[in-house]
Amino acid sequence: MAYAWAQAYEPKSPLMKWVDQRLPLPRLVYGTVGGGYPVPRNLSHMYNWGALSGFALIVQIITGIVLAFHYVPSSEGAFDSVERIMRDVNQGWLLRYLHMNGASFFFMVVYLHTFRGLYYGSYKAPREIVWMLGLVILLLMMATGFMGYVLPWGQMSFWGAKVITGLFSAIPLIGPTLQEWLLGGFAPDQAALNRFFGLHYLLPFIIFGVLILHVWALHIPGSSNPTGVEVKGPEDTLPFHPYYTAKDGFALGVFLLVFFAVVSFLPNYFGHVDNYIPANPLSTPSHIVPEWYFWPFYAILRAFTVDFILPAKLWGVLGMFAAIILLFFLPWLDSSPVRSGAYRPLFKMFFWILIADIALLGFVGGLPAEEPYVMLSQLATAYYFAHFLIILPLIPKFEKPLPLPSSISEAVLKGTTSKAAPAGIAAPGTPGVVHA
Amino acid sequence: MFVRIGAFFVGLAFVGVTLFSLITGVIAYVTTPAEENVAETFHLHPRTFDVSSNGPFGTFDRRQLQRGFQVYKEVCAGCHSLNYVAFRDLAALGYDEAEVKAIASQWQIEVPDINPDTGEPSTRKPTPADRFPSPYANEVAARSANNNALPPDLSLIVEAREDGSDYIYSLLTGYRNPATFRNEKGQTLPADLRPGNGLHFNPYFHNLNIAMPPPITADGQVTYADGTKSTVDQMAKDVSAFLIWTAEPKLENRHRTGWAAMIFLSIATLLGYLAYRNVWRDQKAKPVAYTGTMKPENREKRDEASREAGLNT
Amino acid sequence: MATVNHPTGSTAHDGAAAHAPSHVHVDGAPVDGAHEEAAAGDGHRRRDFINVAALSFLGVGTAVAIYPLINQMNPSADVLALASAEVDISRIEPGQAIKTVWRKQPVFIRNLTPQEIAAANKVDVGSLRDPQTLAERTKEGKQNWLVTMAVCTHLGCVPLGGSEGENKGEYNGYFCPCHGSHYDEAARIRKGPAPKNLEVPEFAFVSDTVIRIG
Repeated sequence: MAYAWAQAYEPKSPLMKWVDQRLPLPRLVYGTVGGGYPVPRNLSHMYNWGALSGFALIVQIITGIVLAFHYVPSSEGAFDSVERIMRDVNQGWLLRYLHMNGASFFFMVVYLHTFRGLYYGSYKAPREIVWMLGLVILLLMMATGFMGYVLPWGQMSFWGAKVITGLFSAIPLIGPTLQEWLLGGFAPDQAALNRFFGLHYLLPFIIFGVLILHVWALHIPGSSNPTGVEVKGPEDTLPFHPYYTAKDGFALGVFLLVFFAVVSFLPNYFGHVDNYIPANPLSTPSHIVPEWYFWPFYAILRAFTVDFILPAKLWGVLGMFAAIILLFFLPWLDSSPVRSGAYRPLFKMFFWILIADIALLGFVGGLPAEEPYVMLSQLATAYYFAHFLIILPLIPKFEKPLPLPSSISEAVLKGTTSKAAPAGIAAPGTPGVVHA
Repeated sequence: MFVRIGAFFVGLAFVGVTLFSLITGVIAYVTTPAEENVAETFHLHPRTFDVSSNGPFGTFDRRQLQRGFQVYKEVCAGCHSLNYVAFRDLAALGYDEAEVKAIASQWQIEVPDINPDTGEPSTRKPTPADRFPSPYANEVAARSANNNALPPDLSLIVEAREDGSDYIYSLLTGYRNPATFRNEKGQTLPADLRPGNGLHFNPYFHNLNIAMPPPITADGQVTYADGTKSTVDQMAKDVSAFLIWTAEPKLENRHRTGWAAMIFLSIATLLGYLAYRNVWRDQKAKPVAYTGTMKPENREKRDEASREAGLNT
Repeated sequence: MATVNHPTGSTAHDGAAAHAPSHVHVDGAPVDGAHEEAAAGDGHRRRDFINVAALSFLGVGTAVAIYPLINQMNPSADVLALASAEVDISRIEPGQAIKTVWRKQPVFIRNLTPQEIAAANKVDVGSLRDPQTLAERTKEGKQNWLVTMAVCTHLGCVPLGGSEGENKGEYNGYFCPCHGSHYDEAARIRKGPAPKNLEVPEFAFVSDTVIRIG
């Protein structure tokens, strides 16, 4: 789709030709992940996370469907049915461990995929919609992950559901009514569990639909690359197949090795012991924590401890949602004409501070709300918002970007002086113009 | 532009409120002296014990599981249920079909049933297909029989407690005399931490005082069928090992599957790597620009080349 | 940018860049031009072999991954544990029948009277749709105990005749109300659409008064 030199699909067999003439699905696949999609030749391994995320989604959908064959969405029978899966269903233990750890690995690769996009400026024009669709997927994943964690109906499931739906009660006026509406009752029970199960089954397919849009939008401008310089010609690209299928295939092997090591030898590492206790509405666990992939957001939620115009609880909820919503505005918050962080010294420094900051948020988010962790979370939350809303828009004013190569394949040391525009700002009219 | 201005003020608001929260937090932290949690200093971290199911190659020691089952049966089963384990599962401990059947039919607690003639609630002998019957009809009955404490179900206790089997083992062997126990600093237990009525001091328990009386008290309390000497330590280890099995009877399958997957995936990944290198063989001339311009010594050449071309850098 | 035509129709690149490959391997994988002549023999085959091996592992891995996805649908351990049922038959009087459950399906256990046995034995076996004698359908020495599935062999309805006062059909056995199949005293099909006699499950006498089905 993206480039004129993209290889056109030529059916190899009469059958494929026959199919292609009637339903151009082979053509679509060839142009999406086949030889017909030219990809910048310099993608690093950081560009494997996208394909791995897609793989993780498929693992979750397949294992999820078969688990649903055995799971009972009832407040009386849910915990029991999960234990039945673990003990009596053929290979049920494997399917469940794959599914519960698959969620963690899914978030892991998606977060790495997102950080890669942040570092290399993949959110910048003309890929804003790719970025925003990715964020929609992330939000849907969070909803799905949260509801999935409720399904085993253990202690952490129950209290997680109670605390998270309790967030909505912070909304002025309609809050408490909204919480009751979400739960279908006054506390999580049969009604909540049943609807969470229905939505947990539904949402992955919606994620899959948004994923198709995400990939579609990506194929209009074509993939970004570590230099941030747009593709200029055929010498800059390689066909997706076999080059990047081979690279993604190797990455998949490494991913599966780590995944199976955890599933086989540390299956409950990412879980919490309290979720092996059946839900008990009369007894709260001493320390309620969500799954690790929510920890940074949980830390932001708890960082607001003073009533300032608005109640602290509402600030926390606003802050937590704002932490994700602000990412939708990222393409316009960062006005630097240089796309890749590799050529932006100041941006790069702040990027690594941000990574450390998010790691710190994750760390304190998993700990009890005690000092000094609360103070750390407040400091880290302040930086998180300052980074995106104040620092990032200001960086271009103070930053002198490093000189960019004029094209992906340019050999700098040979002193090639091509007639391309400097500093990565393509001449108007060429593909991939970055507008300041 | 509007986005950036708006963002600036939104950013100021969030940063302002978090920093305000931080300042009040710091003031409170500095002005109010931290309370030392005295109970925490008497709490002990569980001791580890070796069990054959530990580690990635771990397998169950069937004889130990049978001994552990015997301890459960003779010591624990009076109060603690084993809701998620069925008699038929005992076949995995090395019992044959007849033995499983005998264990089920001779179990001290019967399974609730309905009298086929009168419809009245009744009980019957368990069959291998039944799960272990609970010693109490319901939670209220369990609490009323145990001084309002609820003996937890033991099937998943190893998964449901931090440090799992080590915790169980430590707890079972961890009862101490509250009058003579000293913490690391040599202090004795303050009066308010002494066990109340019906409670027992155990430094491995989270709040130091547990409602369960010491269950394993004397060597030889259980006479092992296999002739192993039943010391208190041995019985605690055996029953802990048994509870690892009840929590995850498929542990061995998991380890076996894991190693098969590891070996297969290692070869597949190696081949995948070679195939990847293969496909990319002719593309080794990676664009120099990517790393080249990052080096300071190259930057000058780059700038010079740009100047020569009449471009402003 | 002009479209580049590749005579081979496989993946390759415009020769604009000095190091871009100008030689293209027929299977679509470009190879280094300098190596091509030397590598035309063994090297190529070895490299192709690795690609094929890697793809084979991918295929085998996928096939292995499918196994648990299929096997999870088979009866689970708790379902299989109910595969045999013991039934106390001491209180079934001659002429009476009970309906019990085995593998979540109804089973008739019938205590035949001597008259019923005689009537069943009088039938010319050769004339039956599914020829079987009563002796073949019961245990030796316990010919009065007829144990059959209460599942019509036509389309799986539960026939009548297992309880007092129910329609026993024209042959004093069982009658399936769904499509009108009549079974005789030995639960053999005599009339109607059912193709087979009511199935006799595997069973054994544990004692004189207890049978185990399955």
